[in-house]
Amino acid sequence: MMPLLRHARYVLSENPVTGLAFGLFTLFLIAAIFGPLIAPYNPLQSDAVNTLKPPTWAHPFGTDQLGRDIFSRVLVAARLDLSIAFASVILAFLLGALSGVAAGYFGGWTDRIVGRLADTIMAFPLFVLAMGIVAALGNKVINIVIATAIINFPLYVRVARAEANVRRDAGFVEAARLSGNGEARVLLGHVLPNIMPIMMVQMSLTMGYAILNAAGLSFIGLGVRPPDAEWGIMVADGANFIQSGEWWVAFFPGVTLMLAVFCFNLLGDGLRDIIDPRQRT
Amino acid sequence: MLKLLLSRLATAIPSIAGVIVVTFMLTRLLPGDPAAYFAGLAASPQAIAEVRTKLGLDKSLPEQFVGYIVDLAHGNLGNSLSTGQPVVAEIVNRLPASAELTLVALFLAVGIAIPLGVLAAVKQGTWIDHLCRIVTTAGVSLPVFFTGLLMAYVFYYLLQIAPAPTGRLDAFLSAPTDITGFYLIDSILTGNLETFRGALSQLALPAISMAIFSLAPLARMTRGSMLSVLNSDFVRTARASGLAPRTVVFTYAFRNAVLPVITTLGMVFSFLLGANVLVETVFAWPGIGLYAVNALLTSDYAPVQGFVLAMAVLYIALNLLIDLLYGLVDPRVRLDS
Amino acid sequence: MVAIPALAVEDLSVEFRTRSGVVKVLDHVGFTVEKGETVALVGESGSGKSVTAFAVMGILDAAGKVTSGRAMFGGSDLLAQSERDLAELRGRELSMIFQNPRTALNPIRRVGQQIADVLVRHGGATRPDAPREAIKMLKKVRIPDPERRAEAYPFELSGGMCQRIMIAIALACRPALLIADEPTTGLDVTTQAVIMDLIGELGRDSGMATIFITHDLGLAAEYCDRIVVMHAGHIVESAPSRALFANARHPYSAKLLAATPGETASLASLVSIPGGLPDLRRADLPACRYSGRCERLTDACAQPLPHKTVGERHDVACWNPL
Ligand SMILES: Nc1ncnc2c1ncn2[C@@H]1O[C@H](COP(=O)(O)OP(=O)(O)OP(=O)(O)O)[C@@H](O)[C@H]1O
Ligand SMILES: [Mg+2]
Repeated sequence: MMPLLRHARYVLSENPVTGLAFGLFTLFLIAAIFGPLIAPYNPLQSDAVNTLKPPTWAHPFGTDQLGRDIFSRVLVAARLDLSIAFASVILAFLLGALSGVAAGYFGGWTDRIVGRLADTIMAFPLFVLAMGIVAALGNKVINIVIATAIINFPLYVRVARAEANVRRDAGFVEAARLSGNGEARVLLGHVLPNIMPIMMVQMSLTMGYAILNAAGLSFIGLGVRPPDAEWGIMVADGANFIQSGEWWVAFFPGVTLMLAVFCFNLLGDGLRDIIDPRQRT
Repeated sequence: MLKLLLSRLATAIPSIAGVIVVTFMLTRLLPGDPAAYFAGLAASPQAIAEVRTKLGLDKSLPEQFVGYIVDLAHGNLGNSLSTGQPVVAEIVNRLPASAELTLVALFLAVGIAIPLGVLAAVKQGTWIDHLCRIVTTAGVSLPVFFTGLLMAYVFYYLLQIAPAPTGRLDAFLSAPTDITGFYLIDSILTGNLETFRGALSQLALPAISMAIFSLAPLARMTRGSMLSVLNSDFVRTARASGLAPRTVVFTYAFRNAVLPVITTLGMVFSFLLGANVLVETVFAWPGIGLYAVNALLTSDYAPVQGFVLAMAVLYIALNLLIDLLYGLVDPRVRLDS
Repeated sequence: MVAIPALAVEDLSVEFRTRSGVVKVLDHVGFTVEKGETVALVGESGSGKSVTAFAVMGILDAAGKVTSGRAMFGGSDLLAQSERDLAELRGRELSMIFQNPRTALNPIRRVGQQIADVLVRHGGATRPDAPREAIKMLKKVRIPDPERRAEAYPFELSGGMCQRIMIAIALACRPALLIADEPTTGLDVTTQAVIMDLIGELGRDSGMATIFITHDLGLAAEYCDRIVVMHAGHIVESAPSRALFANARHPYSAKLLAATPGETASLASLVSIPGGLPDLRRADLPACRYSGRCERLTDACAQPLPHKTVGERHDVACWNPL
C-alpha cells in the first residue's frame, strides 16, 4: 500500500490537474449527499411572481419559467445524475466483468457467445441503441440505467476478457485449482479479485461518459419526468428560452453537467496513471 | 482489392444479422404489450386487438420473426402512427438532411483534429501541444446539446450573426431543386448562390457543435500515433538519408500515423450519429434524428424502431467503408486478404 | 604519404536529460577515420557506440545534447552545422545503415520508391529517371530480379533483403563516409558474410571511409583496418586490428578479446567480464569509468585519464596498461 500511496503522491504532484479534479469530485459528492439539506429553496416550489429572473444574490443562478430557484435545482439534481451514472457503471461492471472473465477463462463456446453479444452491441451507434432500449423498456429512470449499462457492456467485456485470458494459466490460479476449488470458486475468488484494479480504472473512465449519456437521454425527453430536477432535462427546459435571451435557465445546469463530466474524465485519467502506468499516453 | 471488399462484406453479415435480431427483440420480447405501443396511447381495447392481428402479434415468436424478415426484405418498416406515412419513405426523405449535417461536421472535425494532432506531435511541449491537450480533454466532456445551445445564444441572440436555430433554410428562401438532397450541393448545381449562403449559415452552428464533440478522439489519436511514429526506426532512417523535413513528416511519418486514426473513425461515427439526434433536436433540423425524437414523445413506435435499424445499418456500412479506406492506405492489409 | 582523415571526432561529450537525471553518455570521445579506411567501433551493449554515431549524424533524440566537441568532416564541423545544411550532407556525403533492417524501412512505401526518394533529394536522379536508377542500385547490392523487387514492400522481403535495401539507400549517392551500426545482427551467418563483403567491396570501389559498429571482435578483425574500443562512454584503446589482437594494452580490451571466441579458443576458455557498466547518472563518476571492474587499479587511476601512444597508431587511455 505504501508504494502505491507514494506513487499516487508522485502522480498528483506531476499532474496538479488531477488534484483539481479530486477537489471538484468532493464538491459533487457533497452536493449529491447533502444537496436537499443545503439547498436554499425547495427545488419544486414555484413562485409565480419571480419567473425567469436573471441571477441575483437571492437567486445566484436565476429562476426558471415557474419561478423555481435554479441553484437549488442544480444542487439537488446532483444526486439523481450521479446515482444514474453510478448505478449504470456498477451494472455494466457486474455484467461485463463477469461475462468477460468467464469468456477469457473458459474460452470456447462461452467466449464465442459473449464475444458475439458484445460485437452486436458495438454494431450500433451507442447513443442510438440506448434510445431504442429506453423506448422499448419504457420511459423510466431505471431503464436509463439499464440502457447506459448495456452500451458500456462491451468495454468491460473486452478488458476483463483480455486480463482473464492472461491470468488463466498463472501460478496462483493453477494453485487454487489444484487445491480442489471448483471452477466457479477459482473464477470468482481468484481471477476476478486480481483484475479489480484494472476494472476500477475502467469504471472511473466510463463514469463521465455515463453521465453524458444519461443527460442526453433525458434531454430528448426520455427517463426523467418533470418536475424532477435533472441537469439534462433542465437544459432542455432552458432551450426554450435561449432565443429570447434568458440564457441562465439552460446555462447553469449545462455548465454543471460539463464540469461533472470533465471532473470524472480527469479523475479517470489520473487513476489510470496511478494504478496502471503502462497505459499512459 | 475486390477480395478485400468481399472478405469485409462477409464479416459485416453477422453484424447485420445481430442488428436485425436486436431490433426485432426491442419490440417483441420486452415487457409491456407491443400492440398497445403500436396502437398509441389513447387506443381502445378493440383498436389494440386490431393492431395485434394486423401486425401478426398474435402469432408465435418465430413466425413473427419470419414475418419481420419478409417485411424487411420488402423494405417495409411499418407506418407512422401520427402521419400515417410509411416509415421507410419518411426516413429516406429525411436522410439527406442528417447526412449533410453529419458529413460537414465530420469534415470539419477531421480538418481541425488532424493538423492539430500532427502539429502537437511535431512541436511537442509548445503552446500548440498544450492547446491540443486542452481541446482533447475538454472536447469529450462537452455535452453536445449544451454547446449547441450556447452557440445559438451567442451567435444568434447576442451577436446576431447567425440565423435563428430553426431548420435547414430560412423561411424566405425556397429549397433548391432536389438532385442529391444536399442543399449545399444542389444549390451550387442550380447556380442558386443565395440559397447556398442561406443553407450554409443555417448549417454552420449545428455542424460546429457536432465537430467540437467528435474532434477530441481524433486529435488525441493523431497526436499519439504521430509521436510514436516520429520516434520509430524508419523515420530515423529517413532523417539519416537527409530527406527534406517536409518529406519526413508527411510522406514518411504521417502516412503511417494516419492508420490508427482511420480506425478511430469508427468510434467517431458512433459519436456523430448519436450526437446527430441531440443536435437536430436543438436546431430543429428536419433529419431522421428529430423524426425519431418526435415519434418517441408521441409513443409512435414504428418510426423509432425503423430509425434504430437504419442508423445501425448506416453505421455498419460506414465501418465497412473505413475498413476499405484502411486497406487503401496499408499495403499489408491489402495484400494479406 | 600523409593520410587525410575523412572524419575526425574530437572531444565529443553527449548528455541525455531524463526523468531520473542527467546521463553523461559520452565523455570526451575522440577518434579518426581515414579515406578508404574501415574502422571498427566495439564495446559491450550500452557503451555509447550508437550514440556516437547518432551525434555525428546529427540525429540524436530531442533529449540528447552535445555538450562539447567537434566532428570535422570535409573541412567543416558537423556538430556546428545547421539542421538544414546537415540534411543536405546526410545521405549524400555521410550515410548510415541501421541495426534491425525490418523496422528501419518505411513499412508502407515500396522499397524502390524509398531508394528513389534519396536519389531525387540529393540530385542523384530526376523524378522520371529515379525508378530506373533505383533498380540499378538494387542490382548493385545483388538483389535478384530487381525490377520486381523494387515494387515490393518491406514486409514481403526477408531480413537479409531488407538490409540490402538499406545499403542501397545508404550508398545511393556514393557517400564519403558510411556508418554501419551493427548491420548484421539478427541475420544468419551466411547472410552476415554476404552483407559484410558487399559493404567492403562497395567501399573499396569508391574510396569510402567506413565506421563499423559491432559487439563482435571477430567480425571486426576480419573486415576492419583498425579497431576503436569503447567502454561506458570513453574510448579506452585504439589500434590497428592486428596490433590489438597481438598486443591489447588496456585491461578492458584484453578482457573483451578473451571473451571473443577465436579459432583456437574453445568455449570453455571464454572469460566473461566481471561487473557491469557504472551508472552514468552518478555525479561522482570516477576519472576512469572502468576502475570499478579493473584488477590493475592503483591510486594513480584517480587522476584524469592519460592518452598514451604505445605503438604505431596505437593509443591507450590507462595509467597501468598491460
Ligand atoms: N534517448 C536516450 N535517453 C536516455 N539515455 C539514452 C538514450 N539513448 C541512449 N541512452 C543511453 O546511452 C548509453 C549508450 O547507448 P548506446 O545506444 O549508444 O549503446 P550501444 O553501445 O550502441 O549499445 P548496443 O550495442 O546495445 O546498441 C546507454 O547507457 C543508454 O542508456
Ligand atoms: Mg547500438
